[in-house]
Amino acid sequence: MGKRIGAGKRGRSPGRAAVLLGAGALVTGMLAGCGSGGGLKINVYYAPEDSFQKVVDNCNQAAGGRYEIVYNKLQRGSDDQRLQMARRLAAGDTAMDVLGLDVTWVSEFAEAGWIDEWKDQNKAAASEGVLDGPLETATYNGKLYAAPKNTNIQLLWYDDRITPTPPKTWDEMIQKSKELKAQGKPYSIVFTGAQYEGLVVFYNTLVESMGGHILSDDGKSVVLDDGAVKALALLKQITNSGITDASLTNSKEDDVRQTFQRGDAAFELNWPFVYASYAKDKASDVQHMKWAVYPEAVPGTPAKTTIGGYDLAVSSLSAHKPEAYEAALCLRSAENQKFSAINDGVPPTIESVYHNDTPLDPSKPAGDDNPNMAIKYPMRDSILDALKDAAVRPLTPAYQNMSTVMSKVLSPPAEIDPKATADKLREQLNDALQSKGVIP
Amino acid sequence: MTVQDSTPADTAGATVAEEATSGKKGKPALSEGKKAERKLGLWLCAPAFVVMIAVTGYPIVYSIWLSLQRYDLRFPAQQEFVGFDNYGAVLSNSYWWTAFGTTMFLTVVSVAIEFVLGMALALVMHRTLVGRGLVRTVALIPYGIVTVVAAFSWYYAWTPKTGYLANWLAADGAPLTDQWPSLFIIIGAEVWKTTPFMALLLMAGLALVPDDLLKAAAMDGANGWQRFTKVMLPVMKPAILVALLFRTLDAFRIFDNIYVLTGGAQDTGSVSMQTYDNLVKGLNLGIGSTMAVLIFITVAIIAFIFIKVFGTAAPGSDTGGKR
Repeated sequence: MGKRIGAGKRGRSPGRAAVLLGAGALVTGMLAGCGSGGGLKINVYYAPEDSFQKVVDNCNQAAGGRYEIVYNKLQRGSDDQRLQMARRLAAGDTAMDVLGLDVTWVSEFAEAGWIDEWKDQNKAAASEGVLDGPLETATYNGKLYAAPKNTNIQLLWYDDRITPTPPKTWDEMIQKSKELKAQGKPYSIVFTGAQYEGLVVFYNTLVESMGGHILSDDGKSVVLDDGAVKALALLKQITNSGITDASLTNSKEDDVRQTFQRGDAAFELNWPFVYASYAKDKASDVQHMKWAVYPEAVPGTPAKTTIGGYDLAVSSLSAHKPEAYEAALCLRSAENQKFSAINDGVPPTIESVYHNDTPLDPSKPAGDDNPNMAIKYPMRDSILDALKDAAVRPLTPAYQNMSTVMSKVLSPPAEIDPKATADKLREQLNDALQSKGVIP
Repeated sequence: MTVQDSTPADTAGATVAEEATSGKKGKPALSEGKKAERKLGLWLCAPAFVVMIAVTGYPIVYSIWLSLQRYDLRFPAQQEFVGFDNYGAVLSNSYWWTAFGTTMFLTVVSVAIEFVLGMALALVMHRTLVGRGLVRTVALIPYGIVTVVAAFSWYYAWTPKTGYLANWLAADGAPLTDQWPSLFIIIGAEVWKTTPFMALLLMAGLALVPDDLLKAAAMDGANGWQRFTKVMLPVMKPAILVALLFRTLDAFRIFDNIYVLTGGAQDTGSVSMQTYDNLVKGLNLGIGSTMAVLIFITVAIIAFIFIKVFGTAAPGSDTGGKR
């Protein structure tokens, strides 16, 4: 709007400047008065994602000038992302409209009153066709607080030159790994074992696969039942049998990826992003990189794998809520989820996107330069299978405390004593849940 | 620096003492002029006093108030006054005491090393005849580098594959993933960074030592070491007190080096790190403020001990006598 006035002034003779200044002031007044003019900006705060600006551009086009979505990139580290948003919201910052929340933050932000509940049409639009697991992550106390944008789930990656068929169960995998070790082949099972959220994700998968629970269903009390104790025993067995990597207690997602990519491991448990980087760095070998769903902890019962991903929420301090809801819905529409899955490798939350074989440019045939889901996402069926048995991390506002305590108590996994560790966890998680006690 | 600082303070002390004695003799001893002078003095102090209250007094009182409450930003509905419960929770927690022990260890070891190195550096800078400016500038460079930046360069130096120091201790070691190597790397980074500061303060103390005194001692047959311990150190004591006090208080609040180097993993976190984790990351204002207050109290105790123990034994009383 400033531009328009300026342009008007420049075009005229200086003699009429005064009149024009008056007119300019009038125009400014009119524009400011009409609220949703060209100047309305919807600020989206979301993690760095390479092609997300294109998605934002698409949605700006769809908005037809009623508002402009601005993509504010958050930091890379997820702790930093959460901190920036939490700090600003706690201080009453009204400049944030749409927030990209990791699936474990939704309860926290909802309980603190920082994000609004999705209701009626918005709720229907945000949950239509969405898979159960991802939808559950956006729900707190039975109310929907966010629209699932993308999900994420770990798979078992293996090399068919080392093991032609993937192990079905943990026992089988441990056995296989020991055999490979005896034969002098790459044998190790690699996963995120460092003292951080990744270890909690891994443990949560084992607990859920054992049919156990860490918290009660309402997230208000600590259960840590028999299944959870069995999971501790399994975690100890995995890390105590000489079949993990030497740097296990220092391995995060990317270290795990590198170990497998170097050919130093037989089995990798990791998020799907590893496929794209393997394809890029070792294009000649990628046909040997295979995937399967997580091994079963209880033979005969499919594993329940922990999901990750992002949900989009609307700040309760936003001054433009209707537009913010609309923008959030557009940013995670089926079409844009497909775009993000193909370009950035983030798994969609809407089931139909997995079956969609239309390439990015529907007018041309699918191919490497016009990819569809089948070309860029060959593991989509496994992901979908895994998502059908998804495990959600405990939904509680105190998740951050819980996670810190758990990663501390579980480290190093090889020194777990199932009974004693469970007692310690029970006691410290209880304090963490009530935000009493000290976070390590 | 020390010399300048101590002069006005001492004069002020002297005036107060003078007034106190005159006050004892009888009330109306103050003349009109003195009264007006005093009033003016108070007025001149007032702006500084108000600013101090605003920027230090208020936050201190507010955090003490917060520390007496259950106040978690994520559970705004559950805010309530809980008295000293938070203090009980923190002081009975093993994580807090682990961090406290780590912090104490880091403080004592790094300040001790800094003192020895700083003294050596101060002597070198004091005695250098050629290129004195250059020597002093070079010595001060580490102190001029932002701590976080320096910490990152240490971090990369000690990280396998990117660093030139990582494989220095063990062939395929990752020293920053073990507790003890990490602690000594943190100490190394601290010492490297703040020795120049220590040296600067000690050099100011060295300037106080009169050459005549040293010459006289030499005449009496004192050797170099005796001159150093029997003449220089006693004369320098006030400067040493200030240098050690400043550094100890600083070292106890160590944060940036640990934050960058280990992030507090493997029990290398300091009390400040833990306060940050609880207050900022955990959004728990109650527990976090409690920790902040406890750090404040510890720092006050350290300062008190320094002034009591060193202060009375130091020839500070001598300086009073000389005047």
